[in-house]
Amino acid sequence: MAGRIPLFLLACGSFNPITHQHMRLFELARDQMHQTGLYRVVGGIVSPVSNGYGKHGLVASKHRLAMARLALQSSDWVTVDDWESQQSDWTETVVTMRYHYRRITAQYQQRTGERKDPPTENSGKPLLKLLCGADFMETFKVSGLWRDDHIEEVVGRFGLVCVSRGTLQTDRTVHESDVLSRHRRNIFLVREWVQNEISATEVRRALRRGYSVKYLLPDSVIDYIKENNLYTQDSEMKNKEIKLRPLNKQTILQD
Amino acid sequence: MASQEKTKVVLLACGSFNPITNMHLRMFELARDHLEDTGRYTVVKGIVSPVGDPYGKKGLVTACGRVTMARLATENSDWITVDDWECQQIEWVPTAKVLWHYHEELISNENINDDVDKGKRRKRRKLEQNENAGQSSCINTNADTPQLKLLCGADVLESFDVPSLWKTDDIEEIVSHYGIVCITRFGCDPEKFINQSDLLYKHRKNIHVVREWVINEISATHVRRSLRRGQSVRYLLPDPVVNYIQENNLYTAESERNNADQVLAPFQR
Repeated sequence: MAGRIPLFLLACGSFNPITHQHMRLFELARDQMHQTGLYRVVGGIVSPVSNGYGKHGLVASKHRLAMARLALQSSDWVTVDDWESQQSDWTETVVTMRYHYRRITAQYQQRTGERKDPPTENSGKPLLKLLCGADFMETFKVSGLWRDDHIEEVVGRFGLVCVSRGTLQTDRTVHESDVLSRHRRNIFLVREWVQNEISATEVRRALRRGYSVKYLLPDSVIDYIKENNLYTQDSEMKNKEIKLRPLNKQTILQD
Repeated sequence: MASQEKTKVVLLACGSFNPITNMHLRMFELARDHLEDTGRYTVVKGIVSPVGDPYGKKGLVTACGRVTMARLATENSDWITVDDWECQQIEWVPTAKVLWHYHEELISNENINDDVDKGKRRKRRKLEQNENAGQSSCINTNADTPQLKLLCGADVLESFDVPSLWKTDDIEEIVSHYGIVCITRFGCDPEKFINQSDLLYKHRKNIHVVREWVINEISATHVRRSLRRGQSVRYLLPDPVVNYIQENNLYTAESERNNADQVLAPFQR
């Protein structure tokens, strides 16, 4: 894979809890980006959202981080990062992206600075793209959830790798949005041919009702959930009356 | 107290398991939850029974490999096991016979238990197959012997319609004497199918349709295709199975051509 651009994939989300489907996103995205012939995927980052996000049923970030770490123990290229969850307030996706981009660039500069001989396979400044599912792209349409200049930066400056579930809805979503269409060359659509709808919402529902979730998430995560009695009627009630933080924060900024 | 009134059930899943996937494993979990939810059953065991090589299905890799993968996949389960009896047989074994074999095994295990527990007295009811022709009572020679049920996806149920694939007598035996636990699948409508078949409709009380609440269509065909193309199948199957496949380079373009000219065993009857 000489001469390819090194690429990091960043997935932001609740990970409430992490499931096999989340982990599949990384695998599918890596395969696809390699097939373009242009990129070499060197790392994956799972960045669980902070508690400040205020999403309905969100359990404490320390748990979501612990579960993600357990799930990714066996992965040799995807890691969990807690920077976003450590911030005092909810952080816009683009801010998280900027942070990670600075970090990987600094690492790269440190490595190339130290190296005496000319850089070979690892040469080239690494890029960072946002990894997401099709539902994520739909959220760009939700009024007040995203700032226009942020969408522009996420898609234009960084780029998206979007995994869809076999329908061509993502094509349509790009087509129906001017900003997405303008940057369509920076949006990589990955088809997931296997219908695999392991939504965390369904997993939480099953847990509340005492049904098995084995084989939908790693055993280690299931054990953790049981030991900490994580997903209950009470936990699902959390933030019920609260408005999602982006809807508050961005209104204030726009005033 | 209540648990003594519940019927014990053993779930038997027959199939290629080529390879076993998280979806196969989910079927067991869903079936158990469903049956126990009714309050009438306790599921005590699950058996994965991979089909023998003589089945002659296209792309089937050796039974040895498929059994090993299934064992790796069920390592972390405290109730699902793998049994290689079926694939030890020289010829292909029709599903009804596989059920009969495991049923006999359950009875003989209970007999062993009875011999050990000499103090207990239990009623024994011996049912003649002829006596029960046409009735939906399950074979149960001993009140404590678990009931054996066939676990499958809705596609298997709908395969009852494929000409010459199943003997009508076998279907009747399966649904009347044992029972089926059928997990829904995308594109299949098991209730409608049952309704449209007089035989299945007659024994509908013995056919439990379980709705998958999470669509999980991890077909082994898709997995094999991805492997041929060098694509990742991680998180579609348990990690030990993925590793085993990689170490043994199991699924290739060549392996997919296995049995390419063969006629499937049931059609050779």
